[in-house]
Amino acid sequence: MKQEIYSHTTSQSALVRVAEISARYRNRPDKLMDVILAVQKVVPSMAEDVAAVIAREMGLMQNEVYSFITFYGLLSVKEKGKYIIRMCNNAPCHVRGARAVMDAISDTLKIGVGETTQDRRFTVELCPCLGICDVSPAIMINDKTYGNLTYDSTQALIKRYIREDV
Amino acid sequence: MKEMRVLLQNQGKENMSDAAVYIENGGYEGLKKALEMEGWDVIQTLKDAGLRGRGGAGFPSWLKLKFAYDTQSEDKYIVCNADEGEPGTNKDRVLLSCDPHSILEGMAIAGKAVGARKGYIYLRAEYPQIVPIITHAIETAKQAGALGENIFGSGFEFQISIRSGAGAYVCGEETALFESIEGRRGEPRFRPPYPGIQGLFGKPTVLNNVETLANMSHILRNGVEWYQNIGTPTSHGTKLFTVIGNVAQRGVYEFPMGINLKELIFDVCGGVADGKGLLAVQTGGASGAIINPFQIDIPLDIDHISASGGRLGCGTIFVIDDSNCVLDIVRNNIEFFSHESCGKCVPCREGTRRMYDLIQKICAGNGTVKDMLTIRDLAETVRSSALCGLGHSSVVPVISAMDNFPEVFESHLDGDYCEKCHMQRRVMKHG
Ligand SMILES: Cc1cc2nc3c(=O)[nH]c(=O)nc-3n(C[C@H](O)[C@H](O)[C@H](O)COP(=O)(O)O)c2cc1C
Ligand code: SF4
Ligand code: FES
Repeated sequence: MKQEIYSHTTSQSALVRVAEISARYRNRPDKLMDVILAVQKVVPSMAEDVAAVIAREMGLMQNEVYSFITFYGLLSVKEKGKYIIRMCNNAPCHVRGARAVMDAISDTLKIGVGETTQDRRFTVELCPCLGICDVSPAIMINDKTYGNLTYDSTQALIKRYIREDV
Repeated sequence: MKEMRVLLQNQGKENMSDAAVYIENGGYEGLKKALEMEGWDVIQTLKDAGLRGRGGAGFPSWLKLKFAYDTQSEDKYIVCNADEGEPGTNKDRVLLSCDPHSILEGMAIAGKAVGARKGYIYLRAEYPQIVPIITHAIETAKQAGALGENIFGSGFEFQISIRSGAGAYVCGEETALFESIEGRRGEPRFRPPYPGIQGLFGKPTVLNNVETLANMSHILRNGVEWYQNIGTPTSHGTKLFTVIGNVAQRGVYEFPMGINLKELIFDVCGGVADGKGLLAVQTGGASGAIINPFQIDIPLDIDHISASGGRLGCGTIFVIDDSNCVLDIVRNNIEFFSHESCGKCVPCREGTRRMYDLIQKICAGNGTVKDMLTIRDLAETVRSSALCGLGHSSVVPVISAMDNFPEVFESHLDGDYCEKCHMQRRVMKHG
């Protein structure tokens, strides 16, 4: 398991940027979240080498960084696709047809929950309430949310992402 | 029935994140009054007004301020809980987007009351669109002299920063939230010490929900008497309700405390969507009780709902139509808690998992009467011995459903075919 999730090697240039971001908050553990959120935007995966740089530059232990990342639902040490599709599966979305949305996503991308497409563009995940139940069923793709989805509108939406029409 | 808009009075107005626009609409008048008062008098005002927390527990807000007020520490903190993790809740998002200054003002008032100079807003990461709104609000408030070093020339200093969550429901729990801001896993702390004495960074801290803080601004602005005249004898003021699920007009509504639940669903929100019948209602999000249609003729105030075994909590009203199965909803709820359990304590980490397994077994038509007894036994253990509110409330939907819908459980025990449970069997597994 460790092999699989930690095997990613980050490029030197990306690690330099990670170091730049982290060095600004030396001995400021309360800035760890901000650092990780910023770093996550410049590396494909929060791999071991990334955690090591953050720890070194912020003056933390590497296991503190690792245990932090693995705790939070929106952070991950695994390599994810360019677009992370998060499907809300809490009850208010569930009763408004979340299942059809899920089906549309997996039918279109041919992957299931927790998987990433081979071209590394899409990862599909389940998540708890997105706070937009007034338009459920809802999903979030990276930083954008979409609501009132049906099977067809979801499929059309995913296709727009496939064509990079976003 | 008409809404009573106090907290949402500025909804729909443009540029409400500009301090100047907020001030034009009567904003920061409450803070100005607080600046002329002694800290204790601000607390006394909130006490007289009878403000109670809007984040879940309905705890008297003045008492939390008093705990921090009574300490001698140089550094104290005000924290705004904008984690809004309770499934089905949208109200803090709406309030933050349409009137961010009312929350900043409330934080500064609380700061003035206890002598805190620093505030944090802990915002869930699922609301990235709110970040620029609050950032702009803070900047313009500083320019207008309503935040910063010398607020309105009074010599009082108050600064606010935003901190982000990253998708953990448990971080809405106050001590877990502090851990998260400090840069650690969001695992709740043992109590005592209580946050009022030792909270964020080990300093006295007052943590309030977004809506509670906004209420403080309006109470200071309009006075105690005005506030007391809204709502019921024990729950004053207005309340934001998020009405969602299978209801015709979903959304966030504001009404005086004590509005009738049935009227809210049928008269205000147009009843069940698509002409279907009402199966059940869950109040207070996933951690609230699930009740029958014949039980909904009740006033929505903090004490009434607690007396009926549920929680008004964050004011979430989840409407469930008769194409659903109560057991399927319970399974969804308990799966949520099992997934979000932080794992620090055994009763919750294991108990929620076992309850989920047993509910799942009953859904699949393989349950026995003994499983029902085991669920009750587990629930009692989790309720009485879990460390934080996540564990305590995880049993509420399970037990309330068993009490209120015994026939649904019986028919699944008998192995009667349930289309809903059968169809969903495969789908809702977490990745
Ligand atoms: C697991 C858990 C999650 C919670 N999530 C939230 C939340 O998202 N927002 C919130 O305001 N309160 C939440 N609370 C309640 C807070 O711990 C706290 O009681 C509340 O924010 C206090 O504010 P109030 O007195 O203004 O209501 C949560 C509690 C628990 C146990
Ligand atoms: S009750 Fe659950 S969420 Fe709370 S500390 Fe224990 S394991 Fe964590
Ligand atoms: S339950 Fe899906 S967005 Fe709230």
